[in-house]
Amino acid sequence: MAISIKVNGKTHEIDADPATPLLYILRDELALNGAKFGCGLGQCGACTVHVDGKPAFSCLLPLAAVGNREVTTIEGLASNGKLNALQQAFIDEQAAQCGYCIAGMVMRAEALLRVNPHPGEEEIRAHMQPNLCRCGTHMRILRAIKRAADRSTEIGVGHEERL
Amino acid sequence: MNYIGTPISRVDGQAKVTGQAKYAGDVNVPGLVFGAVVTSTIAKGRIKSIDTSAALKVKGVLKVLTHKNRPALPKSDQAWKDDIAPGGSPFRPLYDDKVMFSGQPVALVLAEEWETARYAASLVHVEYAAKPHITDLQAAREKAFTLKKSKKPRGDAAKAFSSAEVRHEAEYFIPTEHHNPMELFASTAIPEKRGKLTVYDKTQGVQNVHRYLCSVFKKKKGDIRVMSPFMGGGFGSGLRPQYQVVLAVMGALTLKRPVRLMLTRQQMYGLGYRPASIERLQLGAQRDGTLHAITHEAIVVTSQFEEFSSSDTEWADRLYKSPNAKFVHKLARLDVPTSCDMRAPGATTGVYGLECAMDELAVALKLDPVELRLRCYSDKDQSVNLPYTSKNLRECYQQGAKAFGWEKRNPVPRSMRDGNELVGWGMATGVWEALQMPAAARIVLGANGHAEISCATSDIGTGTYTIMAQVAADALGLPIENIGIKLGDSTLPQSPVEGGSWMAASVSHAILGVADEVRKTLFDAAKKIKGSPLSGVKFEDVTLSDGKIVSKKDPARAMTIAHVMRERRLDRIEKEKLHKFKKDEKHARNTHSAIFAEVKIDEELGVIRVTRVVNAVAAGRILNTKTARSQIMGGVVWGIGMALHEETAYDHKFGRIMNANIAEYHMPVNADIHDIEVIFVDEPDEHINPLGIKGVGEIGIVGTAAAIANAVYHATGVRVRDLPITLDKLRR
Repeated sequence: MAISIKVNGKTHEIDADPATPLLYILRDELALNGAKFGCGLGQCGACTVHVDGKPAFSCLLPLAAVGNREVTTIEGLASNGKLNALQQAFIDEQAAQCGYCIAGMVMRAEALLRVNPHPGEEEIRAHMQPNLCRCGTHMRILRAIKRAADRSTEIGVGHEERL
Repeated sequence: MNYIGTPISRVDGQAKVTGQAKYAGDVNVPGLVFGAVVTSTIAKGRIKSIDTSAALKVKGVLKVLTHKNRPALPKSDQAWKDDIAPGGSPFRPLYDDKVMFSGQPVALVLAEEWETARYAASLVHVEYAAKPHITDLQAAREKAFTLKKSKKPRGDAAKAFSSAEVRHEAEYFIPTEHHNPMELFASTAIPEKRGKLTVYDKTQGVQNVHRYLCSVFKKKKGDIRVMSPFMGGGFGSGLRPQYQVVLAVMGALTLKRPVRLMLTRQQMYGLGYRPASIERLQLGAQRDGTLHAITHEAIVVTSQFEEFSSSDTEWADRLYKSPNAKFVHKLARLDVPTSCDMRAPGATTGVYGLECAMDELAVALKLDPVELRLRCYSDKDQSVNLPYTSKNLRECYQQGAKAFGWEKRNPVPRSMRDGNELVGWGMATGVWEALQMPAAARIVLGANGHAEISCATSDIGTGTYTIMAQVAADALGLPIENIGIKLGDSTLPQSPVEGGSWMAASVSHAILGVADEVRKTLFDAAKKIKGSPLSGVKFEDVTLSDGKIVSKKDPARAMTIAHVMRERRLDRIEKEKLHKFKKDEKHARNTHSAIFAEVKIDEELGVIRVTRVVNAVAAGRILNTKTARSQIMGGVVWGIGMALHEETAYDHKFGRIMNANIAEYHMPVNADIHDIEVIFVDEPDEHINPLGIKGVGEIGIVGTAAAIANAVYHATGVRVRDLPITLDKLRR
């Protein structure tokens, strides 16, 4: 039985077991490989996508449970190849090292900035809690989010000379 | 030179923040088959039977491979040896009925969908005949053996120790740790025309995997191509080919279809790891703080079938003067997979023991820990009796202490507080080798002023793409936007595996070497142009700069590269060259660091926070201060994990890992990481190599855990010698 899902603005008819995790569908059926498999247990956040604008572990979300909610992946974030502020901040602050966790990090952070455009450090840390990084770029990721949040007021970019 | 030494952002940043960077498990091809592995549930014994009938009945399952029905595999150990295999008999997946460790692959399910493959794998029923196993290092320590004859001791350490005025003797323990890169080990094997095969693999060395696969599957060099354009973290786990690449290729050859095999997080714990180690230290000093005896003995885990070993013990010879020294490195065999390199292998564990012991000695001597290290400071590597190419460790101590505010430290334990938290300040020294390897690079310079640089190295996340572009842009005198980098492809020019912090120096000098050939070709061409402003100029006096070939002595004598190539009808200049470093037997080569750490510990609950770390590093010339800083920050984060969180916990009764997932294997998370300051101490080095590069991938972790452990002692007065330092251990 085909199941209909909407991803990055496009509707797809998927013929798969309804229990299949959304992540497998994105990666193996739709060739959207930005979201990563890191644990399959919701322990690492590498698979984070938006479902109706809210961050979700796509490795834990069965295809059948998506319903008519809109799925957005990292591939749907940049518009016409132009990076959004968060993506640019991740580059500028060198938040990406190996890069494997980054799609999930960006998607989770983006969800925060959409509801709270100017979060404080504690709010950022608490919100980013489900996503793990192993390269040890925690401070850079947190700073990138702060940088994107503060872009309008041009603060929080201190320490630049220390880079 | 314009780009070398600057903090330019990584050139692969855009690919990574848009999800476009393709990792080994991201390759989508039509007809892709998915694999799932079944792993052993016993640590030692035999497979009595495997029932695959239920799995084969699942719709979409194509094949289940076991040792019973696998394709032919070579018998000899030699055929399975990769470039960096230790001594012994390498592991071969699905080879026979023998089980050598828990988590060993015993079957491979191949199916049309991954979900199907994983479900069917759960239906494979294996009967085992288990044998008694051993997975506890403490229980195996008496049977530990030395791999090679230990080095002749210097003087008589035992005698000097017994007559020393102040003695410290203790044993330190570091448990097994797993790399846990965010990316799981994955391979996608794609059959091509005429029996050829392209394999996308998660690896730190595509050419190592290439040679290995050709040997295991008896293929000619041109029949297999191994690709790894991006790697989601390695930390040493990807230096050797892992079993999933063998199984993916086996599946692809059996089904004649492309196969992707990605391990699960749990299965990652059936691969290599940082071996648990016991570090026994004896330090004997005079009251003036000079060392007279150092004995360092390590007992480290390896498997029953291979002897992995890295140097834990000899670091003291590089750091501290002592007329008497003895170093012994022993291995203990357990029924586990073979241990492997993990970020600064040997040094991370050995220096942890050494630097905690030095702190304890400083307490016994009533000396400041920095002062003790300065009194023992060695300007020579005593193991080879050679001076260093450069060693600016004194400056690391000084700048690190100043940035940290060390002079405000009250040496009395439990004397510093912040509200209900005890405050502890500790420090330690770090040391790693400055290695460099032969490597080749190719430059293709087009008439449009764009150049493509290629080398078979990996970029394991460290920034190799970026530093290659920087070095090439400077060497060719082109803007960095005009440089394209190709790597992670076994058909590209020769590269060693990426590890040991040697890649920056190795690949940079390969690029410099071949850029010289390009310059020579351009120079020869430029001289032939009628009325050339460069006629009469010597080759040694020309450089490439700002898109021009120009006389260094008289910058007015110049021609644009584009003009030269157009005039001489050169569409492209293509050069490739293998670079080997000059032998230097007159110097020792190391990087050094001084780490200062602050912990705050809730006095009632024992909760430990690392609130501040300053890591001052002397590592020669820093190619890119942004990517290098990330390497050191990452190393510090790993040191925090090692000190306070990380431990692979075994249930020795079953010989299995109890916390084989990243919720229960604790690695540092946002809440654990606070202020980390990295200082690169200026360290010009004229001896090591022309650019003065030493590498920074490992040095950040070495010593960090010791600095934190020493800070915990300073805060609480409790000395915990077995890692990780969890709050329960403060209450023992």
